[in-house]
Amino acid sequence: MSEMSKIVRTIANVSFPLITIFGLYVIAHGHLTPGGGFQGGAVVASGLIMLLVAYGSTWAFERIKEKRLTSLESLGAVWFIGVAFLGLFVSGIFFKNFLVGLKLFDNITFFGDIPVVGSTLANINTAGVLPLMNFAVGLKVIAGLFAVVLVMAYASSLKEWKK
Amino acid sequence: MSTRNIVAVLVFSIVALFFVFSALLIHPFGDPGAVKMDDHIITNTQSETGANNGVTSIVFDYRGFDTLGEATILFAAVASVMMVFRRLKK
Amino acid sequence: MIFNIPFIAVVAMIFIGLFAVLFKRNLIKIVLGISIIESGVNLFLITLGYREGGVAPIYTSAPSDAITNTPGSMVLPVPQALTLTSIVIGVAVLALMLSLVMHIYKQYGTLNVRKIRRLKE
Repeated sequence: MSEMSKIVRTIANVSFPLITIFGLYVIAHGHLTPGGGFQGGAVVASGLIMLLVAYGSTWAFERIKEKRLTSLESLGAVWFIGVAFLGLFVSGIFFKNFLVGLKLFDNITFFGDIPVVGSTLANINTAGVLPLMNFAVGLKVIAGLFAVVLVMAYASSLKEWKK
Repeated sequence: MSTRNIVAVLVFSIVALFFVFSALLIHPFGDPGAVKMDDHIITNTQSETGANNGVTSIVFDYRGFDTLGEATILFAAVASVMMVFRRLKK
Repeated sequence: MIFNIPFIAVVAMIFIGLFAVLFKRNLIKIVLGISIIESGVNLFLITLGYREGGVAPIYTSAPSDAITNTPGSMVLPVPQALTLTSIVIGVAVLALMLSLVMHIYKQYGTLNVRKIRRLKE
């Protein structure tokens, strides 16, 4: 796939940071607003695919090695399982949400506040282990979807695949 | 009309009959029958998990094991696609 | 007016997908039919959990009459969580199916299902 014209490349350059910031906002506020790891990961991955379409897959495949993308995806999976095993080590239950109500120093909690039952205000310091798991799953989805589309786009443009 | 087409039309109409029959006999839209588990989850989400979002607390806390299985499926799919296109290294 | 119309829509989507899988000859159209069946099943899972006059099961900026009447005016959240998993599985299976279709096209040179069965290498 060859690259597209200069207008398309400029607009893709301008709108890629906005899409990435919106996707990271959806991932980070997964415990307060609708969204979470999978949804935000799909948004960021579609922003990356827009860049891939604008710049051409031959140009992109020479610069991005897909080994790094698959290792990023495995890092996301190991992080997710690591958080689950941490719950097993701190208290005796696999996948336990051990950060809820856990006070580290005097009044500082690491994602451990508990909201008043029935309140409609959003406090980002709540919900225990959930934001960490959101980031792990978001990283996994971003790296996985982008790697699949990159390899398929490059493979369909090689000479021996066209008859 | 070959025999393959006749068998396909027959199977299709039998499946169609079953589906339409059950779509009219299912519980009316907007009135689910068994709601005890979901009521417990909605009333206790903020005090047990500390999250405001009920769906995220189910996906990652009450049913976190299913999300682990889904992460495994994502990994298996990406590994399979990489394996199909492996001869790209020139 | 709403007399089980979403369930009839689910049945229509599954029919269209099943028709495409059974009666079409192009491989890409068969893959599209499988994707339509998956979308129909996801719609069925979500419409199982609707409560009359309910809002989303999220406490941030919820309307005040949904807070005072708490479990009675919020939609059931468990089918929505299961649909999320189902959508991600559908995407993964679709990626693998399309890469296998590309491999078949490279090997046989055609996408007609009747001819792929008859070319013996």
